[in-house]
Amino acid sequence: MDAILAIERLTRRFGGLVALRDVSLSVVPGERHAVIGPNGAGKTTLFNVVSGELAPTSGRVSLLGSGITGLPSHEIARRGLARTFQRNNLLFSLTALENVRLAAQACTPATRRLFTPVHRLPHLEERARVLLDRMDLADRAAAPARSLSYGEQRQLEVAIALAGRPKVLLLDEPTSGMSPAETARMTALLDRLGREQTVVIIEHDMDVVFALADRITVLYLGEVIASGTPEAVRADPRVQEVYLGTGEGLEG
Amino acid sequence: MNRAPGARAFLPASGIRGGRRLVLLVVAAALLLVPLTGSRFAATTLTEMLVFAIFAMSLDLLVGYTGLVSLGHAAPFGVAAYTVALLSTHGTAALAATLPAALVAGTAAAALIGVFALRAAGVYFLMLTLAFAQMAFAVAHEWAGVTGGTNGLSGIPRPALPAADLGGAVPFYYLVLLLAGLAAVVLARITRSPFGAALAGVRENEARMRAMGYDTFRLKMAAFVIAGAAAALSGALYAYYNGFVSPDVLYWTTSGQVLVMVLLGGAGTLAGPAAGAAAVLLLQNLASSYTERWTLILGAAFILVVLAAPSGLAGVAARLGGPLRRLRAANPGAGPLPPAPSEGAAR
Amino acid sequence: MTFYLLQALNGCAYGMLLFLLAAGLSLIFGLMEIVNLAHGGFYLLGAYLGLSIFRWTGSFWLALAIAPLITGGAGFLLEWPFLRPLYRRTHLDQILLTFGFAFVLTDLTRWLWGADVQSLPAPRGLDQSVVILGTLFPAYRLFVIGAGAALALGLWLGLVRSRLGAVVRAGVANREMTQALGIDVAAVFTGVFVFGTALAGLAGVAAAPILGVFPGVDFDILIVTLIVVVVGGLGTFSGAFWGSLLIGEADTFGKVLVPQAALVVIYLVMAAVLLARPAGLFGGRAR
Repeated sequence: MDAILAIERLTRRFGGLVALRDVSLSVVPGERHAVIGPNGAGKTTLFNVVSGELAPTSGRVSLLGSGITGLPSHEIARRGLARTFQRNNLLFSLTALENVRLAAQACTPATRRLFTPVHRLPHLEERARVLLDRMDLADRAAAPARSLSYGEQRQLEVAIALAGRPKVLLLDEPTSGMSPAETARMTALLDRLGREQTVVIIEHDMDVVFALADRITVLYLGEVIASGTPEAVRADPRVQEVYLGTGEGLEG
Repeated sequence: MNRAPGARAFLPASGIRGGRRLVLLVVAAALLLVPLTGSRFAATTLTEMLVFAIFAMSLDLLVGYTGLVSLGHAAPFGVAAYTVALLSTHGTAALAATLPAALVAGTAAAALIGVFALRAAGVYFLMLTLAFAQMAFAVAHEWAGVTGGTNGLSGIPRPALPAADLGGAVPFYYLVLLLAGLAAVVLARITRSPFGAALAGVRENEARMRAMGYDTFRLKMAAFVIAGAAAALSGALYAYYNGFVSPDVLYWTTSGQVLVMVLLGGAGTLAGPAAGAAAVLLLQNLASSYTERWTLILGAAFILVVLAAPSGLAGVAARLGGPLRRLRAANPGAGPLPPAPSEGAAR
Repeated sequence: MTFYLLQALNGCAYGMLLFLLAAGLSLIFGLMEIVNLAHGGFYLLGAYLGLSIFRWTGSFWLALAIAPLITGGAGFLLEWPFLRPLYRRTHLDQILLTFGFAFVLTDLTRWLWGADVQSLPAPRGLDQSVVILGTLFPAYRLFVIGAGAALALGLWLGLVRSRLGAVVRAGVANREMTQALGIDVAAVFTGVFVFGTALAGLAGVAAAPILGVFPGVDFDILIVTLIVVVVGGLGTFSGAFWGSLLIGEADTFGKVLVPQAALVVIYLVMAAVLLARPAGLFGGRAR
């Protein structure tokens, strides 16, 4: 099957620091691919380069076969690659509904309309409500984003990313900072996204990784040190060394 | 209310709330009826207020809705004023000719400034709007052959409309009222549109909007140009109102004064800045009869507004009365200078 | 050939004056993240104060020494009662406050000193021309170049070598951490703001024999200073220095080579730099 997202030999330097070195990864449609690794491994940098926030020093990224390397982030988003952020990056003064409604509006021609009041385009609001419902936030629609609990804000992050019907969804530590109960809830919500949604997820919580991932790529100091099925990665001696060495557990 | 949350409405979508509706009706009635008393003083005072109300509302689109604080909004205003002055004093009296010309000139000035100023993020934007407007001032000041230099251009006749004599204060007032009303309605509609909602998103978190897929540079440019067009309208009307145009229309104090009007009235509400314009002009008229130190007083007012009432009059009104709740203004500090404008480098 | 060299010297002198302003502005921005829009006002205040002190005492040097001190005092009067309360608010509010003070300063100086164009004569001993490369060149301008360079060196050393400089640089790099180390960052803010405005006042006196003193020059010079820091990059010392020289030369040569377009030359330079490097020539910092 052809890859829906192909990352080829991506390198990113910051002056003397090599944050990503020859990282290659490919994701097939419907796959759930986890990217794991100790802190500082370059995972978020990888996302930043793929989503266009940063330009790569060298390498290629292609989405559905066409290159997206070096395109501005809004252009990449329009082409069907959506992401969430590790730290809640919301429109905090606006309501949850408005956040998602705006996200839904982004990839439509509606933004060009200057003279039609928003309430006369109900399909965007309806879509927003559907998404909020999917992410268990239906009853918080009218609340300003800043008044949501931390966990609810993380859920809102995902709802926003889903609004544009992305072909590939990049989730940057969706459960970071969450309690076990919230984490379980988020995992269930993500699982409900179904097999049509291709997902690449950065995660530290191994329970989440093993619950969701079809394949795992392990990054360490900017390089891929292993890639494959969860069982294969678990058994890989280099991976074990990296995790044992850093004191983080690999056990689910 | 089923209004789109987050959109700051001038007239809420499905009907205006009780108290606010009353206030607006009273104001509208006053604007329509008072000049009928024939008082020239009333007509000219209200004309000036309307002209600056348009100016202030145009800046509010930038400041309150998009989160772009421009310190050079005098540029489209002054360029349009000079266009009217030049055309009128050289034989072109027809409004149908001067007004479009002024709009085009002022909007073009805004677009040109926007191209440069908007590429720069945060603080640089502020400085560039200031710098380019001052450049326009310098040109008007030096190019005496065309602009009359420090003496400016005087003797601007009233505009000529077929079948209407706008020579008197009252007829001219009604023209200005009509145009001001149109501008207000157009701006209000824009703020309540999907485009307006996108502008609010840019104000709240531009980086997130880009990640959603919005070309935020284009959005900001569009806002800048629309605001420029509205400012140009007010500039053109100002030239007719004043009968005289000097480089002062392009000076930083003019940009500062309209910003005070917006902040005092309450950014992000459209109605607030319009009221702010009236308030500042009243204050100016009052002060000028006692002292020449209006600039000093304006500065003091500016400082006071920044220190004490960041949401301006609209914010104060909101705190006072339930029905005026929805006049809550965008905090002018919440948007324009993101705490870490790292996007400045990563364009 | 000599013509161009002389113009280059003129540009250098102008650049040094701009450097005094740009350094103060950049220092304040680097530490406090505020663009002090009243900076031109302090420049003008310093110039007028210098004028008055000269009239009372007959000494240019006294004016040069004392006016900056009083100007720094005025800076203190802005910072302590008005700016400090705004530190917990956004930078925009702080910048707008300085803008309000720009209004105050511009009218205050007009009120106290009138609207006529005035000038401060160069001090005795420097009010003549010296022979350079076969032609005459005003000695005062040479003094400005020399003194300016010395001051630049002193500032750089102070910033890089002294303990106080280290504190300032620490505050620029990480305010919270510096505070956590027990240093009163608010006091450093006040000190830097006062120092920056004093530099602006110094520039006002020093520039008076060359540029004159009149209402309106505050914003003329503020805009040029803004162009300098936009070109050089806000918040860096090298940016302020090289930006000042570049703009000083560009403006001087612009005026002699293309007098009709003299006004816009530096704007064109700024536009060109911005198109190529949106963060300024030295604007490596992501601000």
